Amino acid sequence: MFEHFFADPGTLLLGALTGLIFGFLLQKGGVTRYNTIVNQFRFRDFTVLKTMLTAIVVGSIGIYTMLQAGLIPGLSVKPAELAMNIGGGLIFGVGMVLLGYCPGTALAAIGQGSRDAIIGMLGALAGAAAYAEAYPFLSRTVEPFARYGKITWPELAHTSPWMFIAGLSLFSVVLFIAIERSARPRPA
Amino acid sequence: MRNILRSPRWSPYAVGAGIGILSWATFYFMGKALGTSTSFVGAAGSALCAIDPDHVAQNSYYLKEYGAKAGGFKPIFDWQMALDIALIAGAFLAARLGGTLKAERIPTLWAERFGASVAKRYAAAFIGGFILLFGARMAGGCTSGHGISGSLQLAVSSWTFFISMFISGVATAALLFGFGPRTRPSMEVPHV
Repeated sequence: MFEHFFADPGTLLLGALTGLIFGFLLQKGGVTRYNTIVNQFRFRDFTVLKTMLTAIVVGSIGIYTMLQAGLIPGLSVKPAELAMNIGGGLIFGVGMVLLGYCPGTALAAIGQGSRDAIIGMLGALAGAAAYAEAYPFLSRTVEPFARYGKITWPELAHTSPWMFIAGLSLFSVVLFIAIERSARPRPA
Repeated sequence: MRNILRSPRWSPYAVGAGIGILSWATFYFMGKALGTSTSFVGAAGSALCAIDPDHVAQNSYYLKEYGAKAGGFKPIFDWQMALDIALIAGAFLAARLGGTLKAERIPTLWAERFGASVAKRYAAAFIGGFILLFGARMAGGCTSGHGISGSLQLAVSSWTFFISMFISGVATAALLFGFGPRTRPSMEVPHV
């Protein structure tokens, strides 16, 4: 496994630069806090959803604009293996609340001083190793169900991606307005 | 600029927009989508190589994620591994500048509910981390790779993951913390 352990320095430098900015943003956004993440799932703090939905809307507008302008060669879509996506997602949600961070925010939390995130990441390494051992079994049993390949919603629906982006933007703005209104202190 | 960098907390909308723009840059300049959890497989595989390299070389999952077309393995310490390590540094810098850098073993919300035992918190964190990565690898991505990068590409797989993990998270939080009355969102640090 060690014949080419390191990627080329340029690739590593760009990865490090991306991580530096990503980690900085996550910490400033407060999503590296256990309380922020757990309280999202209790509907008491909507920081996580506000951050993610804004990133998705802004990101999708840029990526699809670049795609249609020919500035990027293509997308990088993960295959729809719905049994695995759903099963994995359900398992992931349990881990995210128990640990109180997701993989990216846990690494960032280590940087701000959260010692429990270090322990969590040791568990994560063990979980990754365990998954590799479980994969030969899962690839025979669960993976074959509901496989549709690297497909997007607009491809599935045979419509323009802009329909979905417009719908998602509208949904997000309405949700944000509703959240901000309910968070405002009401006169007694 | 100096004041912004020294502010303890930024608006989630500004941070979200920043992450969205960062994703444009990774696609345009690097041909990559933001993601963090695959590298845990590489790190775990590398560690296991010290014990039993043949076992790792024959495992179908390590081959799936890191196998090279020409045989052997692709680099383990790659773009994403560098990103993952730099995440720690980026957050350290942000916390340092914002004055929020603090050694914390037990988050306050955990302490309120489960008490001040460090052993208990660490046990939950280890088990939680284990479950988290197992789920991420089964789903094919985590909150970054699926939740942000995949969702913004409008991928069917990613939205399926996002909704599944959110439902599961809400159920888990309800089991752990109960269905308390809804209160106003708590703001530990005011937004800018």
